Amino acid sequence: MKFEYHVEGGDFLNAGNASGNIKKVLKKLNVDPGVLKRVVVALYEAEVNIVAHAYRGNITADISPQKIEIVLDDEGPGIPDIGLAMQQGYSTASTKVREMGFGAGMGLPNIKANTDDLKIESVVGKGTKITLSFNLA
Amino acid sequence: MKISEIVTLLNAKIVCGEEFTDREIERAFASDLMSDVLTTPFDNGVLITGLANPQSVRTADMMDVSTIILARKKKATEEMIELARENDAVIIECPLSVYHISGILYEHGLSPVY
Repeated sequence: MKFEYHVEGGDFLNAGNASGNIKKVLKKLNVDPGVLKRVVVALYEAEVNIVAHAYRGNITADISPQKIEIVLDDEGPGIPDIGLAMQQGYSTASTKVREMGFGAGMGLPNIKANTDDLKIESVVGKGTKITLSFNLA
Repeated sequence: MKISEIVTLLNAKIVCGEEFTDREIERAFASDLMSDVLTTPFDNGVLITGLANPQSVRTADMMDVSTIILARKKKATEEMIELARENDAVIIECPLSVYHISGILYEHGLSPVY
Protein backbone atom coordinates (compact mmCIF):
# COMPACT_ATOMS: atom_id res chain seq x y z
CA MET A 1 0.00 0.00 0.00
CA LYS A 2 1.60 3.26 -1.15
CA PHE A 3 0.74 6.88 -0.36
CA GLU A 4 2.34 10.02 -1.77
CA TYR A 5 2.24 13.61 -0.59
CA HIS A 6 3.80 16.85 -1.76
CA VAL A 7 5.23 19.34 0.73
CA GLU A 8 6.05 22.99 -0.03
CA GLY A 9 8.96 24.67 1.71
CA GLY A 10 7.89 27.53 3.98
CA ASP A 11 4.23 26.48 4.06
CA PHE A 12 3.82 26.27 7.83
CA LEU A 13 0.05 26.44 7.61
CA ASN A 14 -0.03 22.98 6.03
CA ALA A 15 3.03 21.51 7.75
CA GLY A 16 1.88 18.22 9.20
CA ASN A 17 -0.92 17.51 6.70
CA ALA A 18 0.86 14.46 5.33
CA SER A 19 1.68 13.18 8.83
CA GLY A 20 -1.91 13.71 9.94
CA ASN A 21 -3.20 11.78 6.91
CA ILE A 22 -0.79 8.90 7.38
CA LYS A 23 -1.74 8.76 11.07
CA LYS A 24 -5.40 8.28 10.06
CA VAL A 25 -4.48 5.54 7.57
CA LEU A 26 -2.36 3.66 10.13
CA LYS A 27 -5.12 3.92 12.74
CA LYS A 28 -7.60 2.40 10.27
CA LEU A 29 -5.12 -0.40 9.61
CA ASN A 30 -4.99 -1.09 13.38
CA VAL A 31 -1.24 -0.61 13.57
CA ASP A 32 0.05 -1.15 17.11
CA PRO A 33 -0.42 2.18 19.02
CA GLY A 34 3.21 2.23 20.20
CA VAL A 35 4.54 1.86 16.65
CA LEU A 36 1.95 4.32 15.35
CA LYS A 37 3.13 6.97 17.82
CA ARG A 38 6.76 6.46 16.77
CA VAL A 39 5.85 6.69 13.07
CA VAL A 40 3.84 9.90 13.38
CA VAL A 41 6.37 11.65 15.63
CA ALA A 42 9.33 10.80 13.36
CA LEU A 43 7.37 11.60 10.20
CA TYR A 44 6.03 14.90 11.55
CA GLU A 45 9.52 16.00 12.61
CA ALA A 46 10.83 15.11 9.15
CA GLU A 47 7.92 16.82 7.38
CA VAL A 48 8.51 19.99 9.42
CA ASN A 49 12.17 19.80 8.40
CA ILE A 50 11.19 19.97 4.71
CA VAL A 51 8.93 22.97 5.39
CA ALA A 52 11.62 24.62 7.53
CA HIS A 53 14.70 24.00 5.40
CA ALA A 54 13.88 22.86 1.85
CA TYR A 55 12.19 24.41 -1.19
CA ARG A 56 9.84 21.50 -1.75
CA GLY A 57 9.70 17.76 -1.26
CA ASN A 58 7.78 14.53 -1.67
CA ILE A 59 6.81 12.00 0.94
CA THR A 60 6.18 8.38 -0.03
CA ALA A 61 4.87 5.94 2.55
CA ASP A 62 5.03 2.24 1.77
CA ILE A 63 3.05 0.10 4.18
CA SER A 64 3.28 -3.69 4.23
CA PRO A 65 2.30 -6.18 6.96
CA GLN A 66 5.99 -6.49 7.95
CA LYS A 67 7.23 -2.95 7.65
CA ILE A 68 6.47 0.74 7.20
CA GLU A 69 8.99 2.60 5.09
CA ILE A 70 8.67 6.35 4.54
CA VAL A 71 10.91 8.29 2.17
CA LEU A 72 11.12 12.08 2.38
CA ASP A 73 12.93 13.40 -0.69
CA ASP A 74 13.47 17.15 -0.87
CA GLU A 75 14.98 19.78 -3.15
CA GLY A 76 16.88 22.14 -0.93
CA PRO A 77 20.22 23.30 0.38
CA GLY A 78 21.21 19.86 1.67
CA ILE A 79 23.05 19.09 4.90
CA PRO A 80 26.81 19.82 4.74
CA ASP A 81 27.68 17.84 7.89
CA ILE A 82 25.18 15.11 8.79
CA GLY A 83 27.09 14.16 11.95
CA LEU A 84 26.82 17.73 13.22
CA ALA A 85 23.13 17.95 12.26
CA MET A 86 22.45 14.81 14.29
CA GLN A 87 23.82 16.44 17.44
CA GLN A 88 21.23 17.47 20.00
CA GLY A 89 20.97 21.27 20.09
CA TYR A 90 22.59 21.99 16.72
CA SER A 91 20.28 24.00 14.49
CA THR A 92 20.38 26.21 11.42
CA ALA A 93 16.68 27.13 11.69
CA SER A 94 15.42 30.63 10.89
CA THR A 95 13.60 32.93 13.30
CA LYS A 96 10.36 32.05 11.49
CA VAL A 97 10.91 28.35 12.21
CA ARG A 98 11.59 29.09 15.88
CA GLU A 99 8.40 31.14 16.08
CA MET A 100 6.57 28.00 14.99
CA GLY A 101 7.88 26.15 18.04
CA PHE A 102 10.71 24.30 16.31
CA GLY A 103 14.39 24.85 15.50
CA ALA A 104 15.92 23.81 18.81
CA GLY A 105 18.14 21.17 17.23
CA MET A 106 16.01 18.30 18.47
CA GLY A 107 14.32 17.09 15.29
CA LEU A 108 16.88 14.71 13.78
CA PRO A 109 17.84 13.12 17.14
CA ASN A 110 14.13 12.61 17.85
CA ILE A 111 13.61 11.05 14.41
CA LYS A 112 16.47 8.64 15.10
CA ALA A 113 15.06 7.79 18.54
CA ASN A 114 11.68 6.89 17.04
CA THR A 115 12.73 4.84 14.01
CA ASP A 116 14.00 1.26 13.77
CA ASP A 117 16.27 2.39 10.97
CA LEU A 118 17.12 5.87 9.69
CA LYS A 119 19.02 6.60 6.49
CA ILE A 120 20.05 10.15 5.55
CA GLU A 121 21.54 10.96 2.14
CA SER A 122 22.28 14.57 1.31
CA VAL A 123 23.94 16.53 -1.49
CA VAL A 124 24.75 20.15 -0.74
CA GLY A 125 22.93 22.46 -3.16
CA LYS A 126 20.59 19.67 -4.34
CA GLY A 127 18.64 18.20 -1.47
CA THR A 128 18.19 15.58 1.18
CA LYS A 129 16.61 12.13 1.14
CA ILE A 130 15.61 10.60 4.45
CA THR A 131 14.34 7.05 4.77
CA LEU A 132 12.46 6.09 7.94
CA SER A 133 11.85 2.40 8.61
CA PHE A 134 9.63 0.77 11.23
CA ASN A 135 9.28 -2.96 11.80
CA LEU A 136 5.77 -4.32 12.27
CA ALA A 137 6.40 -8.02 12.55
CA MET B 1 -10.00 15.96 36.15
CA LYS B 2 -12.74 16.79 33.64
CA ILE B 3 -12.21 19.52 31.04
CA SER B 4 -15.24 21.31 32.49
CA GLU B 5 -13.47 21.51 35.88
CA ILE B 6 -10.34 22.93 34.24
CA VAL B 7 -12.41 25.62 32.54
CA THR B 8 -14.10 26.54 35.82
CA LEU B 9 -10.86 26.58 37.83
CA LEU B 10 -9.13 28.83 35.32
CA ASN B 11 -12.20 30.94 34.61
CA ALA B 12 -11.31 30.26 30.98
CA LYS B 13 -13.19 30.06 27.70
CA ILE B 14 -13.64 27.07 25.41
CA VAL B 15 -13.37 28.18 21.80
CA CYS B 16 -13.55 24.75 20.20
CA GLY B 17 -14.77 21.33 21.30
CA GLU B 18 -17.53 22.38 23.73
CA GLU B 19 -19.07 18.93 23.27
CA PHE B 20 -16.07 17.20 24.88
CA THR B 21 -16.07 18.87 28.32
CA ASP B 22 -16.76 15.52 30.05
CA ARG B 23 -13.43 14.14 28.81
CA GLU B 24 -11.08 13.09 31.64
CA ILE B 25 -7.61 14.66 31.69
CA GLU B 26 -4.90 12.74 33.55
CA ARG B 27 -1.82 14.97 33.33
CA ALA B 28 -0.45 18.22 31.97
CA PHE B 29 2.65 19.43 30.17
CA ALA B 30 3.59 23.06 29.57
CA SER B 31 5.86 24.22 26.74
CA ASP B 32 6.13 26.72 23.91
CA LEU B 33 8.67 24.50 22.22
CA MET B 34 6.89 21.89 20.11
CA SER B 35 10.13 19.92 19.75
CA ASP B 36 9.95 19.31 23.52
CA VAL B 37 6.30 18.28 23.27
CA LEU B 38 7.27 15.75 20.59
CA THR B 39 9.72 14.07 22.97
CA THR B 40 7.24 13.86 25.85
CA PRO B 41 4.51 11.21 25.76
CA PHE B 42 1.43 12.37 27.68
CA ASP B 43 -1.66 10.69 26.20
CA ASN B 44 -4.92 11.90 27.74
CA GLY B 45 -3.11 15.01 28.85
CA VAL B 46 -3.48 18.72 28.34
CA LEU B 47 -0.92 20.94 26.61
CA ILE B 48 -0.48 24.36 28.20
CA THR B 49 1.22 26.70 25.73
CA GLY B 50 1.56 30.27 24.57
CA LEU B 51 2.12 29.14 21.00
CA ALA B 52 -0.99 30.22 19.09
CA ASN B 53 -0.44 28.76 15.65
CA PRO B 54 -1.57 25.56 13.86
CA GLN B 55 1.61 23.75 14.87
CA SER B 56 0.51 23.56 18.50
CA VAL B 57 -2.72 21.82 17.43
CA ARG B 58 -0.88 19.61 14.96
CA THR B 59 1.80 18.67 17.48
CA ALA B 60 -0.80 17.86 20.12
CA ASP B 61 -2.59 15.62 17.62
CA MET B 62 0.62 13.72 16.84
CA MET B 63 1.03 13.05 20.58
CA ASP B 64 -2.66 12.00 21.02
CA VAL B 65 -3.23 15.03 23.21
CA SER B 66 -6.67 16.41 22.50
CA THR B 67 -6.84 19.40 24.84
CA ILE B 68 -4.84 22.62 24.50
CA ILE B 69 -4.87 25.58 26.86
CA LEU B 70 -3.68 28.81 25.25
CA ALA B 71 -2.08 30.93 27.96
CA ARG B 72 -1.14 34.62 28.18
CA LYS B 73 -4.29 35.99 26.48
CA LYS B 74 -3.36 34.24 23.21
CA LYS B 75 -6.24 33.71 20.81
CA ALA B 76 -6.83 30.66 18.65
CA THR B 77 -6.64 31.44 14.94
CA GLU B 78 -9.32 30.26 12.49
CA GLU B 79 -6.86 27.72 11.10
CA MET B 80 -6.24 26.34 14.58
CA ILE B 81 -9.95 25.99 15.28
CA GLU B 82 -10.58 24.30 11.93
CA LEU B 83 -7.76 21.82 12.52
CA ALA B 84 -8.89 21.18 16.09
CA ARG B 85 -12.44 20.42 14.88
CA GLU B 86 -11.08 17.90 12.38
CA ASN B 87 -9.21 16.18 15.24
CA ASP B 88 -12.03 16.36 17.85
CA ALA B 89 -9.72 18.51 19.95
CA VAL B 90 -10.57 21.10 22.58
CA ILE B 91 -9.01 24.57 22.65
CA ILE B 92 -9.29 26.66 25.80
CA GLU B 93 -8.24 30.32 25.93
CA CYS B 94 -7.02 31.65 29.25
CA PRO B 95 -5.66 35.10 30.10
CA LEU B 96 -3.32 33.78 32.81
CA SER B 97 0.40 33.00 32.40
CA VAL B 98 1.66 29.44 31.91
CA TYR B 99 3.07 29.53 35.44
CA HIS B 100 -0.22 30.64 36.94
CA ILE B 101 -2.29 28.09 35.02
CA SER B 102 0.13 25.31 35.94
CA GLY B 103 0.01 26.33 39.62
CA ILE B 104 -3.78 26.25 39.78
CA LEU B 105 -4.09 22.88 38.02
CA TYR B 106 -1.27 21.33 40.06
CA GLU B 107 -2.81 22.58 43.30
CA HIS B 108 -6.07 20.88 42.34
CA GLY B 109 -4.46 17.53 41.68
CA LEU B 110 -3.61 17.42 37.98
CA SER B 111 -0.36 15.44 37.68
CA PRO B 112 2.78 16.54 35.86
CA VAL B 113 4.21 14.22 33.20
CA TYR B 114 7.44 14.01 35.19
